[in-house]
Amino acid sequence: MSTTASVSGADGGHVGGVDRVDLVDPWAAAHTSVEFATLRRRFHGFVFPMTAFFLAWYFLYVLMAAFAPHFMAIKVVGDINIGLIFGLLQFGSTFAITTLYVQFANRRLDPLSNRIREQLEGGNW
Amino acid sequence: MTGELAQNAVGDPLLNGGIFVFFVLVTLVIVFRASRRTKTAADYYAAGRSFTGPQNGVAISGDYLSAASFLGIAGAISVYGYDGFLYSIGFLVAWLVALLLVAELLRNTGKFTMGDVLSFRMRRRPVRAAAAVSTLVVSLFYLLAQMAGAGGLVALLFNVEGRGAQALVVAVVGLLMIVYVLVGGMRGTTWVQIVKTTLLIIGAGMMTAWALGSFGLNLSALLAEAAAKSSHGQAVLAPGLQYGKNLTTKIDFVSLGLALVLGTAGLPHILMRFYTVPSAKEARRTVVWAIWLIGIFYLFSLVIGYAAAALVPGGPQRIVSMPGEENSAAPLLAYQLGGEVLLGFISAVAFATILAVVAGLTITAAASFAHDVYANVIKQGNLNPDREVLVARITACVIGALAILGGIAALGQNVAFLVALAFAVAASANLPTILYSLFWKRFNTSGVLWSMYGGLVSSVLLIVFSPAVSGTHKSMFPSVDFAIFPLRNPALISVPLAFLLGYLGTVLSKGEVADAARFAEMEVRALTGAGAERSASAAPVPPPQRRPPLNTTPTGRLTR
Repeated sequence: MSTTASVSGADGGHVGGVDRVDLVDPWAAAHTSVEFATLRRRFHGFVFPMTAFFLAWYFLYVLMAAFAPHFMAIKVVGDINIGLIFGLLQFGSTFAITTLYVQFANRRLDPLSNRIREQLEGGNW
Repeated sequence: MTGELAQNAVGDPLLNGGIFVFFVLVTLVIVFRASRRTKTAADYYAAGRSFTGPQNGVAISGDYLSAASFLGIAGAISVYGYDGFLYSIGFLVAWLVALLLVAELLRNTGKFTMGDVLSFRMRRRPVRAAAAVSTLVVSLFYLLAQMAGAGGLVALLFNVEGRGAQALVVAVVGLLMIVYVLVGGMRGTTWVQIVKTTLLIIGAGMMTAWALGSFGLNLSALLAEAAAKSSHGQAVLAPGLQYGKNLTTKIDFVSLGLALVLGTAGLPHILMRFYTVPSAKEARRTVVWAIWLIGIFYLFSLVIGYAAAALVPGGPQRIVSMPGEENSAAPLLAYQLGGEVLLGFISAVAFATILAVVAGLTITAAASFAHDVYANVIKQGNLNPDREVLVARITACVIGALAILGGIAALGQNVAFLVALAFAVAASANLPTILYSLFWKRFNTSGVLWSMYGGLVSSVLLIVFSPAVSGTHKSMFPSVDFAIFPLRNPALISVPLAFLLGYLGTVLSKGEVADAARFAEMEVRALTGAGAERSASAAPVPPPQRRPPLNTTPTGRLTR
């Protein structure tokens, strides 16, 4: 892998090989590339709103359990009450967010991050 | 409670003992086999980074589904009903923090410990020292909980009533755990976890199906019976029984909720597991497997907890009167459903759980001391890895001894509650620093130290002065009262405080500028995995060479 051929990309027009590596901090170069900016924007754009959402949803549940126990005790089916359903919905949302993230990461993050990594490790930056 | 041998002895101590010894022998064989492949430091700390995501997911679930989850949550649900359920929800939702914000980034930027990541772009020695202190404190809290659980479990099975005899049990658990860690390292403890988790989930699944089956698969009927058996009646089905008494206990409940959801991604023994897989992608698969396994298991424990209240003769009142108190709910239900054999099986699995978890905790704490403190702070990196592993092994013995002493002091506490305290310390001392390090460019060494020590000291002090330690009959020291802080769980104060201190420490340290080049490198590494530590067996990939940070233009060209 260390001797892979030059990868076309943002830096396509530069001389390859050792000389260039000497002139450039590869991390800084990668960090300022368009590809990395895209990767970071996609990653942050997914995880930050999703974190805000699941924390809000979770604390809504915690606060309801603490301060509205009578509401949570209302029976829906037989002895199954709102509190139990609300709790089970927390399980459901956790499973759903997990699945969503994996699909998102596989489709939108991994191809990009793999490309940047290969360029870095191939010495092409 | 005492003297009624016939009523309190559960199962046949000889059969229980036989199943126990068999389990211990099997796990020892696993550990010794694993030890033959443990040669380097990466082998010892990170199992050669050779586990797959699913394997590690099962093992990490094993670390997480400790005695606290299995015995503590089922017990809390059987006695306090719905309030016990909150533990499991917090414990599960917390994994989303690990999945979305921590696991992959951490795997990509570190080597063995949390200190590797936190010190990446900071002054190394003080930050590593702080990370090690925090790791040791959190791991010790968690160890106490597991040891107390071991005492309670064995007390129930062998009808060991005296404190002295229970203390002996704790000591034996501690010694066995030290053997696991010394011999097997991370590879050995991981395989023990995989075996044990598989058995635990099968066992819990069997009990759940069995219990639901005896109510015609009707959850509502099971709940009705649980409510009928409890002296609290219908109140066990709604929140509020344990935490609904007054405003203080309600706020305490919210504080507990905060500790649970933010604690997981700060637990050092969970974080260290992400280094046993070859890549960030496998770290992601690890968390996905963990979330599914843990979620399903907690659904089982909901049923098991209520079923214990419904089916164990004498109901919750008898459960709390047993040696081991509420922690004995799940074993009692097993006995009720499947007699001595199921009881022996479930108890042996629970015992293996405790052994495996304490081994995982001990290796984490030992690695942190040897790798962060000894190799990098004291010896400043000039230490050969063999010697570092030797130091780790010696540390494991010391930690084992401390855990035995502390575990004896903590006997009889609810294990889920003790674990919640460990979560509070982890959420306060570790998580704010981890998030700031990964996502906030300006964050600097002062910020790390303020946040970590501030979170650690405030959470531990608040626990010391809380009703958990003194002042009530359920406290650790019931005969004295210095509980000046009203909440049993400190997270509501100490977590925001740690975030605030991290911010203040950073912005107030005028002369200290964050290393922008190192942050850029860390961000690239974190998101792409370039230059990350790989599997020991895979072909080594030379990481990109890094030159000393010089001024760079916006295009990344150096200006010399």
